[in-house]
Amino acid sequence: MVERQPRAVSPEPRADREGVLAVLDTVKDPEVPALSIVELGIVRDVEMDGDRVTVVVTPTYSGCPAMKVIEDDILAALNDAGVHGARIKTIYSPAWTTDWISDAAREKLRAYGIAPPGQSDSSGGLVTLTRRRAAVQCPFCGSLDTRHTSEFGSTSCKALHVCNDCTQPFEEFKAI
Amino acid sequence: MCAVSEFFAYLVRLGDDRLVLGHRLSEWCGHGPILEEDIALTNIALDLVGQANLLLQRAGEIEGEGRDQDALAFLREVTDYRNALMLELPNGDFGFTIARQFLFSTFALHQWDALTRAKDDDLAGIAAKAVKETRYHVRHSADWMLRLGDGTEESHTRAQRALDELSPYVAEFFDTDNVERAVVKDGLGVDSSSLEKAWRADVSDVLTRATLELRAAPFAQRGGRSGKHTEHLGHMLTEMQSLPRAYPGAKW
Repeated sequence: MVERQPRAVSPEPRADREGVLAVLDTVKDPEVPALSIVELGIVRDVEMDGDRVTVVVTPTYSGCPAMKVIEDDILAALNDAGVHGARIKTIYSPAWTTDWISDAAREKLRAYGIAPPGQSDSSGGLVTLTRRRAAVQCPFCGSLDTRHTSEFGSTSCKALHVCNDCTQPFEEFKAI
Repeated sequence: MCAVSEFFAYLVRLGDDRLVLGHRLSEWCGHGPILEEDIALTNIALDLVGQANLLLQRAGEIEGEGRDQDALAFLREVTDYRNALMLELPNGDFGFTIARQFLFSTFALHQWDALTRAKDDDLAGIAAKAVKETRYHVRHSADWMLRLGDGTEESHTRAQRALDELSPYVAEFFDTDNVERAVVKDGLGVDSSSLEKAWRADVSDVLTRATLELRAAPFAQRGGRSGKHTEHLGHMLTEMQSLPRAYPGAKW
């Protein structure tokens, strides 16, 4: 006798918080696909109310144009994992900070070619008119001999630099 | 507590300042002097429109008459707008755009910082986020003031001319009125006049090093806070609002 295996192996609905978080950790940020939205700190919480799942998210910047795509991606990933009817709740406080990005995630950024963020400016100082930031290390050759070319890169969250040693332009995830 | 209408009016003027300047900056898209600046100006535009989105959304909630941020942005007339006049002026050259951005961003930084302590959790939350973004806006425009002012004769002349043209519009930033007094009394807003001293110190610190000067204006242009605008805002809104007005309820 041959036991019949179910043909379509659909993931079991795992409507527990850890399971939902594991699914969310597979959703990449559309503008920084080296990191998941969990690693970036965009996912702030998962609320479970019976079968109802609410994913609490916060945007990196007020005008982040990727939020709609991220919300769609979250719902699609949860649907694929058998978690249906989830809701998204967007909060703005506490304000997102690059300090929420873990060391492991920073290493992924570097490997992807983006210099990871330094410490955010929590001095409360109002106007940091002159840059007193440390040199940003080139993610390609590791040199500290780099120059800053623009406060804004391909997205609000990144600045532009050029490495004087390997002459490679690169982006830096700005500390915020 | 102050009347709902006063907090609503306050949130609308905060939102309008950012929406109008954000739209002006977006007009630079594809016209920046160099690629990096094209990207920078439109990124700042995105931040400002994002902040306006949150402020006008909150304003709509406070008003409670079913208007959301889109209704407030796209379906109000020019006389309903409450932004400061400086922000609606046409972009001029790059020097003018940067000088205006420097004057406003420095003002906004102090304003946001004070608003992080507002006794409205939503507004305080928006401010906590925006203050970080605005720090980069100030740094960007201050860098450019130094480069333009202490650059070539041509860049210096244009940067100084921009400051001279902008100076009559500065006073309006620091005007206070009944709307503001009412929200300040309840801890929901900040007294604009209280920001002027710190603003002047920051601005003159940068301008001195840039070999530039913000001279006292012989007169002051004001009126935006009561809906009396320059001729420029109407033209700008005609373009900005054209799609939602031509196709009511249009969705992407």
